[in-house]
Amino acid sequence: MSMNTQGRPTTPAIVANGNGSASVSGSRGLLQREDLIFEIGTTETTGVDLPAPKGRADRLGGVARKAATDLPGLSEPEAMRHYVRLSQKNYAIDLGVFPLGSCTMKHNARLNEKMARLPGFADIHPLQPQYEIQGALELIDQLAIWLKMLTGMPAVAMSPKAGAHGELCGMLAIRQALIARGEANTRKRVLVPASAHGTNPATAIQCGFQVDEIKANERGRVDMEDFRAKLEDTSDIAGIMLTNPNTCGLFETDICEIADLIHEAGGYFYCDGANFNAIVGRVRPGDLGIDAMHINLHKTFSTPHGGGGPGSGPTVLSDALAPYAPVPFIVKGEDGFRLVEDLKGDASESFGRMCAFHGQMGMFVRALTYMLSHGADGLKQVAEDAVLNANYVQVRLKEVMTPAFDGYCMHEALFSDEFAAEGIETIDIAKALIDEGYHPMTMYFPLVVHGAMLIEPTETESKAELDRFCESVIAVANRAAAGEESLKGAPYHAPMRRLDETQAARKPRLKWTPPEPKAIAAE
Amino acid sequence: MRYLPLTHDDRKVMLARIGAASVDDFYTDVPEAARLDGPIHDLPSHQGELAVERHIGELAAKNRTASEGPFFVGCGAYKHHVPASVDHIIQRSEFLTTYTPYQPEIAQGTLQTLFEFQTQVAALTAMDVANASMYDGSTACAEAALMACRATRRKKVILSGGLHPHYAAATRTLCEAQGIEIVQLPAAVDSELELAKSVDGETACVIGQSPNVFGTITDMSSVAEAAHARKALFVSVFTEAVSLGLAMPPGEMGADIAVGEGQSIGNPLTFGGPYVGLFACTQKLVRQMPGRLCGETQDADGKRGFVLTLSTREQHIRRDKATSNICTNAGLCALAFTAHMTLLGDAGLTRLARLNHETACDLADALEAIDGVELLTPRFFNEFAFRTKMNAEAVLAMLDEKGVVGGVRASRLIPGAGFDDVIICAATECVTADDIEAYADALKEIV
Repeated sequence: MSMNTQGRPTTPAIVANGNGSASVSGSRGLLQREDLIFEIGTTETTGVDLPAPKGRADRLGGVARKAATDLPGLSEPEAMRHYVRLSQKNYAIDLGVFPLGSCTMKHNARLNEKMARLPGFADIHPLQPQYEIQGALELIDQLAIWLKMLTGMPAVAMSPKAGAHGELCGMLAIRQALIARGEANTRKRVLVPASAHGTNPATAIQCGFQVDEIKANERGRVDMEDFRAKLEDTSDIAGIMLTNPNTCGLFETDICEIADLIHEAGGYFYCDGANFNAIVGRVRPGDLGIDAMHINLHKTFSTPHGGGGPGSGPTVLSDALAPYAPVPFIVKGEDGFRLVEDLKGDASESFGRMCAFHGQMGMFVRALTYMLSHGADGLKQVAEDAVLNANYVQVRLKEVMTPAFDGYCMHEALFSDEFAAEGIETIDIAKALIDEGYHPMTMYFPLVVHGAMLIEPTETESKAELDRFCESVIAVANRAAAGEESLKGAPYHAPMRRLDETQAARKPRLKWTPPEPKAIAAE
Repeated sequence: MRYLPLTHDDRKVMLARIGAASVDDFYTDVPEAARLDGPIHDLPSHQGELAVERHIGELAAKNRTASEGPFFVGCGAYKHHVPASVDHIIQRSEFLTTYTPYQPEIAQGTLQTLFEFQTQVAALTAMDVANASMYDGSTACAEAALMACRATRRKKVILSGGLHPHYAAATRTLCEAQGIEIVQLPAAVDSELELAKSVDGETACVIGQSPNVFGTITDMSSVAEAAHARKALFVSVFTEAVSLGLAMPPGEMGADIAVGEGQSIGNPLTFGGPYVGLFACTQKLVRQMPGRLCGETQDADGKRGFVLTLSTREQHIRRDKATSNICTNAGLCALAFTAHMTLLGDAGLTRLARLNHETACDLADALEAIDGVELLTPRFFNEFAFRTKMNAEAVLAMLDEKGVVGGVRASRLIPGAGFDDVIICAATECVTADDIEAYADALKEIV
């Protein structure tokens, strides 16, 4: 047995305990084992005290539930432990660098949370009379003004509930404009670069369009030759969906020409605004000739990602598309703000409604709070620091890793897996970073780069934090270059080892089911 | 600027390391005409917390909150009490500031809660499987229609006269873009069963709602049977999730797809969003589902764990062949739902549902006793419609003057259909006996 400096035994090698755990309890130090609520709760337990019903005659008319839900309840202390223990198995921005490219995992300011919980916003109903909620309409109007000014666009639809919903909004507006021109049945083709987010082609299809993929050139931008060739026949062109800065972290240098050509072809320009963080306050997309762009409030404007949502995707529109914006929208009159909800009058050309009520109010409050905090000057600094941080990471990492393209990047740095030895894949590098205490970068996206690793540090990382992160990535990359076999087993120190996704998909178990009653063991 | 850690010196050192003279070097790909030289004009500069709090606080103060006095507004969003611990749980940094759990080894917290959420939603709706959430009930309804068209390879969708008009509109918008025919039955308080007569051999699905927008609850088993007889699907919608603790759930009526709004459990009103769309279906249809699914598996040591699964349905893998374009969903609202549901358990949910129903019954008794008030909803959970001899908008305005927010005028949701004198009102556990008395007293004076 080897001894440490205190003369005590050094950490023993981990011995699995049969249950996949290194201890009898299944816990280890601060990391507590936590079973499913169905295994720890009972159907009689409840953590909510409610007055007893009076037992009066019901008015259900016989339409009553037949079988109980059998859902377990937990008392409050049990529930708190359950969720706090589970939370400790999650990585989060508040723990460290979360360098997911294209996701903009920046700090979530807590003032935003506090403001969204003011009863004046959290405790108002979407169908209250409008004179009772003028402050809410005013806030939405103020946020709309910020969004229009920052993008240089004349109109914005506020109701889309996430980025992909905003894409849907923009593409439905384009479809409606084509209907108004009498060309909806002929103009069906939407050009989408190969590097696009998966939501772009999925959205185009969901709106009844067809997708025609454009190649990327060796500089990671739209291949203009291919683009022009796609426009040889313009009769069926509906438009283009282009992310800018694009998913390679690069500004589309030919964007103005792309806009001109698509307009000349009779189509519209949808810009995916997922990467707006790189240019906010420095470039207005409206000056680039776009017709529509969604803005992910949960990326650029710091509303929390919440483990997968909720988001919010207000969509700015050009003069050409503004008349077709969805209901509801807000107009300012002499006696205050008014919601336009019906497809008549101001909204007679609208393509319709996308969802119930008026959009993600809770996210609107957070985003406006963030904008007011930063101001126009601070938002410009946001973009500059985000781009500076990404370029700093790129320069440091390219000592070992292979940059996908030459030159400066915007807000994210893209690498291919070329530097890795044979047999070591991007996923091995990603999982080894987990052992270093970091969330991995975006892997295998964009599809145009082999074994892509896309790193977006955002502006809310300090230089010291970035330096520590880079040292870890460099160390892992060196191991990958050397072909170190142990990478294939990573992570070793996370709450879980690598999970078997194939098994999960082959025979999906999508909910808990009670265990089969155990046969009584024969004596 | 309090959210930006880089110092001036850091920036200088970093630029030097990169070999750039200034950040302007990074923006040289931007066409010159589109480069801004300074901060955008006419927008304010940065402000401290105190100043921002004042600004936002002033806007908040202009709104009349649901807790300020008697409040009876429903129609798709409901004022319920949310336990204090729920908001604490969803503000845990590890839940609030994390991403979609694409790296399952360091996202078991999110994944296990999603697995529990899916199990709870399946049990609540009495369906086989549920997904990890949609944006809200209305978009879930639209996606259900598309899913039914995929599954049946048909292009006709029939909507009941009691389906929430916003749900109907959202469904119409999405379906028409794909050339799917929408048949909308005329709005009526108690007509969900009419769907059974409308279904034909071309129909992909019929969509009915219980409780419907007028509060009417209906056993739609006959609709399911009629749909199945013609190889169509039955989509069952609800906007009040608490109702499922007492009223018949979609699965007990033979629904193929159940969709609804989960806001009532765990989530505040927040003027309409963010909410959480619930989406459940039969086992047979699982591979046609939109959205994320969490499934059970094992790690390399044989330990039970959870991952996102069946992602070959989704846009990030399948792109133009995906079942939906949805990416971000309602993760944190789903966490609020599952935490509240876990605190309730079956015992708590049943009691909460009964309490809602009894409160609404008390309200109905009190209003029905007034001369000139006609209750329209024959069977209800916590919401019903009534008619007076006056214009509903005028009645609500007069109620408001007496401090009572009396409900929604039906004509706001269904304009031009003869509902000008109809008010839809809801009573949850938050409504007190005094609130009911105040409502009845005020209404008596008005009508």
